[in-house]
Amino acid sequence: MPEIMSGMLLVPIGVPVLAACGYGLAGWRRGTVWLAAVSSGLVLAAAITIAVTVARFGPASAVGGLLRTDALSAFMLIVIGAIALLATAATPAYLAAEITAGRASARTAARHSLLVGLFVAAMATAVQAANLGVLWVAIEATTIVTAFLVGQRRTRAAVEAAWKYVVICSTGIALALLGTLILNYAATAAGRPGLDLVELTAAAHSLDRPVTRIAVVLLILGFGTKVGLVPMHAWLPDAHSQAPAPVSALMSGVLLSVAFYAVLRVKAISDAALGSGFAKAVLLVMALGALAVAATLLLAQRDYKRMLAYHSIEHMGLLALGGAVGSRLAVAAVLLHILGHGLAKAVLFLAAGRILQATGTSQVNQVHGLAGRDPALAGCVGLGVVALLGFPPFSLFASELGMFRAGVTAGLGPLILAALVLVLVITAALFAHSAHMLLGDPPSARREGPGAATAPTNGPSPTNGPSPATTITTATTSMGRTPASTISVLVAGLVTCAVLGMAAGPLQPLLYLAADTMTADTIAATP
Amino acid sequence: MGTAAYVQVLDLACGGLLLCAVLVLWRRELAVIIRVFAAQGVILAVLVAVLAAHQHSPELAVLALGLGVLRGGVLPWLLARALTAAGPARRETRPLVNVAASLLAAAVLALLSYAVSRPLVALIPSPATEAIPVGLTVVLIGFFVLVTRRRALSQLVGFLLMDNGITTVGFLTSANAGLVVELGVSLDVLLAVLVLRILTARIQETFGDADLDELRELHD
Repeated sequence: MPEIMSGMLLVPIGVPVLAACGYGLAGWRRGTVWLAAVSSGLVLAAAITIAVTVARFGPASAVGGLLRTDALSAFMLIVIGAIALLATAATPAYLAAEITAGRASARTAARHSLLVGLFVAAMATAVQAANLGVLWVAIEATTIVTAFLVGQRRTRAAVEAAWKYVVICSTGIALALLGTLILNYAATAAGRPGLDLVELTAAAHSLDRPVTRIAVVLLILGFGTKVGLVPMHAWLPDAHSQAPAPVSALMSGVLLSVAFYAVLRVKAISDAALGSGFAKAVLLVMALGALAVAATLLLAQRDYKRMLAYHSIEHMGLLALGGAVGSRLAVAAVLLHILGHGLAKAVLFLAAGRILQATGTSQVNQVHGLAGRDPALAGCVGLGVVALLGFPPFSLFASELGMFRAGVTAGLGPLILAALVLVLVITAALFAHSAHMLLGDPPSARREGPGAATAPTNGPSPTNGPSPATTITTATTSMGRTPASTISVLVAGLVTCAVLGMAAGPLQPLLYLAADTMTADTIAATP
Repeated sequence: MGTAAYVQVLDLACGGLLLCAVLVLWRRELAVIIRVFAAQGVILAVLVAVLAAHQHSPELAVLALGLGVLRGGVLPWLLARALTAAGPARRETRPLVNVAASLLAAAVLALLSYAVSRPLVALIPSPATEAIPVGLTVVLIGFFVLVTRRRALSQLVGFLLMDNGITTVGFLTSANAGLVVELGVSLDVLLAVLVLRILTARIQETFGDADLDELRELHD
């Protein structure tokens, strides 16, 4: 069994790399269009197999101990596989529309798919890394690969977003490297040099406390940058709004959570070395900061892709809140939230990409009456927003409830109340914006009405592309129906999210098993 | 090498690292800044070579050679090529903080890093660990350069200064984070610089100049 398993662990990394090679060699043509989606399907299948095996036989390792997969890693692999499948299945239709519109060529499409393959492989490596150093390298690798994806459109805004993204994330992750080195120093002083996550947790009680404290702050701040937590969140709305839609879906749906996974691993070490209070305090500050930033900036947001990006900051804040609480229920809820948020956010970003292609604008106040023009797409967006805001039957309802309940049980009542108020503000803002986009008359009817004269005044600056008036004209003419493949991807994502909310089913034991890897280590290592 | 000589060379190298960081703050010509950065890379390699000789570690000696080639040669070469491509704008014209204030800030940052790194030095007191605050100061000065400069290239140098500082701290503390990790880190730095180099070119292409004040399309 172990030999087969160690080979199995390589599948989620190897298959996307092979797909990337396929695009590198064959380019973007009829035969390779669905290659990325097939490889993502294989990643998901391998992830499920690994999860079942790990749940039955315990953690497995490969490549001379550099990779190690326990229940938490296996769960994250499932998240990566599921959202990569959604994003890559929607990619062919997205790229076909871009090529038709002349914004991309077959070469861009091939490069896009190559980079996405490497991106998925880097994330799969990150969640399976047995070693804090390998984890660091994998997360930095995701920054490098996605930088080109963010700047793919080569417009002023896209180049600016890519620059900010690389500079801020590389700087943040450099802090994490400093933290890693200092932690290694503390482990050396304790007589157990090395960065193996399991060994670090086991040796945690013998680590020097002041030194470990410095290391943990640097690590949480550093990986927190990639999560989009305050104070290093400035890159997130820019990068997520400028990246092509399938990449935004992947970045917002999984990349943030993969970075949060790193924070969880650091927290396990910190809890064992310093007691649970320290990492909890750091995470609580960052969580409430993220919620406050998201709430204030969402209220006046005029760009719907940026709106979704700020909404990701909110959800990362909620994850940090649940992580800070840290009980078994809280961690299980955090993990379910990661999957639910990933699915809902991927659906919304893919839909937003479609709206942008159809209307040519990313401004909320220029998209009107979507429900009348493209009911299927509008229905998906509406349900996606409902899911994202945490209404039943979607799984985000269950996970948010679980996190808040665990928080109140842990005696964090006032902080949870503050978080709830902020979430309420965000809910109201998102509702207002999306109602504006979905409902109302289509612009063709508006132009004859009295609203026509006021519409252009709120438009973007002239540098942003065609003037608002022409935008509206093109919006009415080019708004075709969304391709069936895109709609089916969106519906599949929403249905999965709803099913998870009603019955977590076989996932539930895995969630608790994964939560135990976070909490059991701590209990075992606490003297 | 005798212990006294070892300590002397070690301290000299650390002093050199610090001096280079301060020079980057002081000078404004980008060509000079890149040369200073190359010198810092070489000094870093010397530092690691001294540690290798002291610990009789051939692995460290190889790493020292690699570091010298990467940080003293390849990275400055990439930066210099970016500078030639940049055309006439070769000076950091208007940093957000003027030079005198920057130098004062460097002094404050040095004090700060001595205060922060006390537990680090106290953990295993030795000539090598006593130099940790110098590494941290270089990290902080790099961060300062990153946030106060407006030219894309100077920001890049700030990022690389940070990285040199982190590498210094890494080697002074334990030097054995594992060869795989060490290689991964070096590769990542190289790739990050390549990415930023390409982006600098694209910024020039689309904005006409690499003055980052031009980057104001995206904000809230």
